[in-house]
Amino acid sequence: MKRFALLLGLVTTLFSWSAHAIATPGEDWQINFFDAASPVMEKIHDFHGTILMPIITVITLFVLALLIYVSIRFRKGKNPTPSKTTHHVGLEIAWTIIPVIILVLIAIPSIRLVIMQDETPKSDITIKAIGYQWYWGYEYPEEGVKEYSSYMRCPPEAGTYKQECLDELKKEGLPHKLAVDYPLVVPVNKTVRVLITAMDVIHAFAMPSFGVKRDAVPGRMNQSWFKATKTGTFYGQCSELCGTNHAFMPITVEVVPQNIYDQWLEFSKSGDLDGGNSFIEDYKDQTKYIKTPIEFSINYSVNGIEYEVEAGKEPVIVNNIKANIKLGDAQ
Amino acid sequence: MTSSVANSDHHHDDTPTGFRRWFFSTNHKDIGILYLWFGMFMGIFGFLLSMGIRLELMHPGLQYFLNPQTYNVFVTGHGVVMIFFFVMPVLIGGFGNWLVPIMVGAPDMAFPRMNNISFWLLPMAGILLFVSLFVPGDAGITDFYGIPIGGHGGGWTLYPPLSSTGSPGPAMDFIILSLHISGASSILGAINFITTIFNMRAPGMTLHKMPLFAWSMLVTAFLLLLSLPVLAGGITMLLTDRNFGTAFFEPAYGGDPVLYQHLFWFFGHPEVYILILPGFGIISHIISTFSRKPVFGYLGMVYAMVSIGFVGFIVWAHHMYTVGLDVNTRLYFVLATMVIAVPTGVKIFSWIATMWGGSLEFKLPMWWALGFIFLFTLGGVTGVVLSNAGIDTALHDTYYVVAHFHYVLSLGAVFTIFAAWYYWQGKIFGVGYNETLGKLHFIVTFIGVNLIFFPQHFLGMAGMPRRYVDYADIHAGWNYVSSIGSMITAVGVIIFLIVIIEAFIRKRKVPNNPWGEGATTLEWTLPSPPPFHQFEDLPVIGENGEYLGLQTELKKKT
Repeated sequence: MKRFALLLGLVTTLFSWSAHAIATPGEDWQINFFDAASPVMEKIHDFHGTILMPIITVITLFVLALLIYVSIRFRKGKNPTPSKTTHHVGLEIAWTIIPVIILVLIAIPSIRLVIMQDETPKSDITIKAIGYQWYWGYEYPEEGVKEYSSYMRCPPEAGTYKQECLDELKKEGLPHKLAVDYPLVVPVNKTVRVLITAMDVIHAFAMPSFGVKRDAVPGRMNQSWFKATKTGTFYGQCSELCGTNHAFMPITVEVVPQNIYDQWLEFSKSGDLDGGNSFIEDYKDQTKYIKTPIEFSINYSVNGIEYEVEAGKEPVIVNNIKANIKLGDAQ
Repeated sequence: MTSSVANSDHHHDDTPTGFRRWFFSTNHKDIGILYLWFGMFMGIFGFLLSMGIRLELMHPGLQYFLNPQTYNVFVTGHGVVMIFFFVMPVLIGGFGNWLVPIMVGAPDMAFPRMNNISFWLLPMAGILLFVSLFVPGDAGITDFYGIPIGGHGGGWTLYPPLSSTGSPGPAMDFIILSLHISGASSILGAINFITTIFNMRAPGMTLHKMPLFAWSMLVTAFLLLLSLPVLAGGITMLLTDRNFGTAFFEPAYGGDPVLYQHLFWFFGHPEVYILILPGFGIISHIISTFSRKPVFGYLGMVYAMVSIGFVGFIVWAHHMYTVGLDVNTRLYFVLATMVIAVPTGVKIFSWIATMWGGSLEFKLPMWWALGFIFLFTLGGVTGVVLSNAGIDTALHDTYYVVAHFHYVLSLGAVFTIFAAWYYWQGKIFGVGYNETLGKLHFIVTFIGVNLIFFPQHFLGMAGMPRRYVDYADIHAGWNYVSSIGSMITAVGVIIFLIVIIEAFIRKRKVPNNPWGEGATTLEWTLPSPPPFHQFEDLPVIGENGEYLGLQTELKKKT
């Protein structure tokens, strides 16, 4: 019995780094941005972390140090007769010019970042996100997925959350107030163009890990883009006050390998949202315990789906019995 | 000499009391005091609303606001009350009215009767706002612990379509009328200040010798005069959209909701400078007084305020980076916004240079002023972060923004209000405060507000959106800290009330100038409190801006 437990421990250690890895509800006491999962967000991290944050910290501490110094050095007891100096041209020019130079240093990378965010590269897929009071509608116009609605799991009913619902959510390991019933699904490492609008009042489509935030304005079609560089489940929330349930219309994006996305697309095109959903769930279930790159190749199956993992690669579906589609070399 | 005695006798006969004094007042000092008490009362109301917000956010889940709409109404009410009914009345109507005529050596404001209506419009606007809370707004009436709450829950910015088609009830119309009336009140006040400052300065007081608080009020008055009509226009269009079938902001009929945002922020951005500029003036006086040195770089200080006011008009769309603006437009607003950091930096460094070489005394107003300089710097640098449209993509509409503007307003403008209150309480009311209690008030408030707002930077970085009644579990920790901070601040507010009550019970006598040689402006030449009418005999200002004496007395000497 003891030996079995040891073996089990070993196996779980091997497999306990997760592949559908970066589920990002964040962490408790988080004080920084979410980890970047797109080139734009990486640039935001870089710009904020290496330029803005050091500069503002130094300026604030400099002002604080000056305040403390003058408070001690020039207190009445130490300096009973005040000086009569009220002008110093050199000093006044210096504290005008030096901030200007600092601002120019900030402005150059800032301009680059804005332009990078704005210029959508040639997109691989286009998604339409439509804000409603209080849920999101998603549509894949080019792929032929008709608009479907995405609601928050376990919304409050008359001021309380249903305990059974919360328990179920917990069992599935999903974060409350972020998880939705039908998520957006996109392939990893592909450029996704998002068209954003709203039907009633203004909402905002936000996805912190990708560095995306655009208002959904009725009568306007806004555009943004992202290229998710990691597989995983990513969360965002409506970011423009839109009425009573503003806090309860989150956004969930599942970033999956291309072949998984293709599979999901097959379900969704035929209108079988639940089929697509449970397919993604199965995929997540099986990868939950494996982190890539794995050091050896294995074949295994979970819930009727056969997978193959080659050393150093992401898991690949070789046979999906459920969908009855052979995928082996679909990629 | 005899003539001046006769003169003052005549006016003693004319001093109204009771109802006539306070309701029909045309005296700038009495009107200023009315503004102060009204503003302080509304400030406490706004603070209670914020306590509701922080109590709700103390833990994840729905605690007190079982209907999130009520929470949104609280958020909206907190914003509107604090901006239009607390900070503006206290700084502009209160300290501005009371001090500007005295500082420029005038007997009263240029239009005393208009001054009266400027004030009395404000409680009317307050009543309309109050009524809006109890009539149906966005979603009918909700029972909130026995109180029927309606109201609008779209935030102080009142963006349509949430404030038009999204809010069918009459609450929104009450708010629009309330803002119209308080706007009219401010425009009349602004006209009064500009006229007074341009035409009624004492002999010898050129514009470049005018005290910095008067300058700050002059710039503020111009901002009010130029920006408020745009707000009035915007919300009138909103009113006609709602009631008379126009479609300025109605996309279904070819209107554009973004147009409203441009109009609103063309007012809204100057508005935030309106809130802080008087504070800049106040801090200059206090720093100079307690350093026993004139302000360093006076002209730089003046033109820093003028340029902040000017640039404040051409940066409005940095509130709208995510709305879908053209990339070149965004780049322009990034650069224009960054420019504001330069004159603001000039002010910070000039204050420090004023202290440099001074003989510093750490009396209570100086504590608040020093606290202000540090906290305003902190709020300023996060403003530089937010000015970058690229970074704003991550931080827009998150708690980082909430932390930023509370550092410059709640810890900035409100700190200047307390600094000014302690600096001029003896002068205005003729009663001295208890220094120890006042310092306790500072310490508790300083700890409390920093505990509220510093962790909100973290929440914003971690993606917590603003105006959320409930949040994801990862945000629980810092929200808890923040709520504890608000309770400590509540203790601070109670201590402040005790300070006031204690001062009015003890009635300590205050000399003409309790602060010594550093306090050089004209109000310190008068008794505390000053006579009902001052400067019927005009004061004369010398070459270097110093007070020489009263006009007729000087003539007699020569």
